[in-house]
Amino acid sequence: MKLHGTRVPHLKNTADCIPEKIPVPQTVKIPMSMHIGIPARVTVKTGDIVKVGQLIGEADGFLSSNIHSSVSGKVLKIDETTVSNGLKIPCVIINSDGKQELSDQIKPPEVTDFKSLITAVKNSGVVGLGGAGFPSFAKLHVHDLSKIDAVIINAAECEPYITSDTRTMLDKSDYIFDGIRILKKYMGIKRFIIGIEKNKPQAVTEMKKLAEKDDSVEVHVLPSIYPQGGEKVLVFNTINRIIPKGGLPIDVGAVVINITTLAFIGEYLKTGIPLIEKCVTVDGSAVKSPKNVIAPIGISIRDLIESAGGLKSEPAKVLYGGPMMGIAVPSMDEPVLKNTNAIIFMDKKEAAPPKITPCINCGSCLEHCPFRLDPRSISTAYNLKQYAELKNLCVDLCMECGCCSYVCPANRPLVQTNKLAKIKLREYLGSIKEIE
Amino acid sequence: MEKLTVSVSPHFSGKRTTQNIMLDVIIALMPALVASVIIFGWRSLLITSVCVSVCVLLEFLFQKICKRESTLYDLSAVVTGIILAFNLPVTIPVWQAVIGSMTAIIVVKQLFGGIGQNFANPAVTARIIMLVAFSNSMTAWYFPQNSVDALSGATPLVADFKNVSQLPYLTLFLGNHGGCIGETCVLALILGGVYLLIRKVISWHIPVAFIGTVAIMSFLCGKDPLFQILSGGLMLGALFMATDYSTSPSTKWGKIIFGIGCGLVTVLIRFWGNLPEGVSYSILLMNILTPYISKLTRNKPLTGRAKS
Repeated sequence: MKLHGTRVPHLKNTADCIPEKIPVPQTVKIPMSMHIGIPARVTVKTGDIVKVGQLIGEADGFLSSNIHSSVSGKVLKIDETTVSNGLKIPCVIINSDGKQELSDQIKPPEVTDFKSLITAVKNSGVVGLGGAGFPSFAKLHVHDLSKIDAVIINAAECEPYITSDTRTMLDKSDYIFDGIRILKKYMGIKRFIIGIEKNKPQAVTEMKKLAEKDDSVEVHVLPSIYPQGGEKVLVFNTINRIIPKGGLPIDVGAVVINITTLAFIGEYLKTGIPLIEKCVTVDGSAVKSPKNVIAPIGISIRDLIESAGGLKSEPAKVLYGGPMMGIAVPSMDEPVLKNTNAIIFMDKKEAAPPKITPCINCGSCLEHCPFRLDPRSISTAYNLKQYAELKNLCVDLCMECGCCSYVCPANRPLVQTNKLAKIKLREYLGSIKEIE
Repeated sequence: MEKLTVSVSPHFSGKRTTQNIMLDVIIALMPALVASVIIFGWRSLLITSVCVSVCVLLEFLFQKICKRESTLYDLSAVVTGIILAFNLPVTIPVWQAVIGSMTAIIVVKQLFGGIGQNFANPAVTARIIMLVAFSNSMTAWYFPQNSVDALSGATPLVADFKNVSQLPYLTLFLGNHGGCIGETCVLALILGGVYLLIRKVISWHIPVAFIGTVAIMSFLCGKDPLFQILSGGLMLGALFMATDYSTSPSTKWGKIIFGIGCGLVTVLIRFWGNLPEGVSYSILLMNILTPYISKLTRNKPLTGRAKS
């Protein structure tokens, strides 16, 4: 069996661009939620002097994550900001003094066993850097380690434009293998699979070279068919197991971790510097010179692009992440987050919405859905408010990869409908439970 | 302060549009049109132009009167016009062609909601209605006088029906014999079909299942399979009419069942029915079954085993 998908343009213009460190901005705005789960609790107050790497937000409950200052300076104020899911959450605005003094809290963590490894990962504030923002410690905190037989390292980077994971593989390969050694030692995992899409030959060569020295590591070259980086797609294509609906990789004995996340863990255990900066690909049709930059977390998109060479035309749409699954930001004042791997600036032409025409029943959407869903029937069921039918159509399986909308010749907003249908289905299932 | 668009992902869309799919179909129909002009003379071009213009004009007028958004840009009316013309004998009076186009666009397509909503193929249905309404002129298989190497007479299937001697395969393949405008030249139709397959506008499932079934059933019934494939409207029907998106199933197995069904009905009508040809009836019948086939052959979502 083969999973479907679609060919999207690669546009990896920045694959050869070694990340440049950009200067620290005047102010940074650090939201207390750059992860899924409960926002972190603010631990500083207005007027406090903070240093680089100092804890400013403490993980609050399960699936939360620590947040550290990316600059040294003074806390200007504790404000509220609206994040992409529409929730209002606190954020800390810090005025930088430009000195970038390191906090004295920073020291390499002592890791002696599984438990201390999890604590260290938790303290580092790392979340899934591929984009999902799932707190990494929670992912690694497996209760029954004997259940896992493979760790799959996600280096597919299947979105157009983005090359930050490619750069991790080329520039930080030692840290990746440090990370692998640590997981091997403290979690007892014997099999590591690095999944890389074949449109990154340099990275494949580099990883293969290093994997030769380690029997437990294999490099799996994936076809260039989007979305190879989708967790379920990756697990299926590497170890041929299907994650059940509503399940996690752990249900089929695997842990999937993004390659940059793993490299960060390797680096953190050496240096003790928490997650305060991020390699970000800056590209898109409105960008003067596409490049990779290392940006402090909390820098506004406006400051970022100014330091990265500026724009050649007025942007019409700006994205966190790639064009297939990225989130359009409402303003350039939004900050760079932990899980931002790219900022794409689209000019008017690239951002122009395609004309939506009537569905012609061509069936492209169901031919290209990796999970074999039927977006056309989902749309119909959603429009007719047939919520029980939505359950039969398994709309809750949809990962919103965008293949259906991308291939649709009528440019129907299928992903949008799927998203709405998922919400309606959840409400419907909730109401059924109540009745029962 | 710049104005930014906020919208749901994906922020890219593929190059394929309804318009360029229909354009591909039109391109694929061109070899058969050229062949028809060579075989039947300029009148075939006249009939085709009449059908196309009437289809386009009526779609425009209907949408204007009903205050619907015009969908002329998608070129589907042009495709309907060409395919309908291909299904008419070259001697058809112009006014009958006009009525046929009207039936196709207004009754079969627009009254059911326009592109993508019609349950039956407009050209096929219009042809059947015309067969009933104008049975004389719809079965007048003569070449116009000005044609070069006129070979007047019944269509090969009618000849076969009446036990007249069979035409050589090459004549059947090149289409130099009586029949509807666009259905005779198998070579031109296959060229167009291959183009559609290469451009991935259609998949192989329906044509192969349809033609394959006709071949196998002909063989089993003791008829000449090659003759059955090369004659009548089978090629035109299997490649261009049965593959219509709106009126055929979208799944792989659905398409195969649909194709086999078309093939079976065609053979039934050809061998045991009261008519020499059954392709259009078979397609219409299977069009009606399409929703049920679609339901039966739904893709099974990849849910994996239930969480234990």
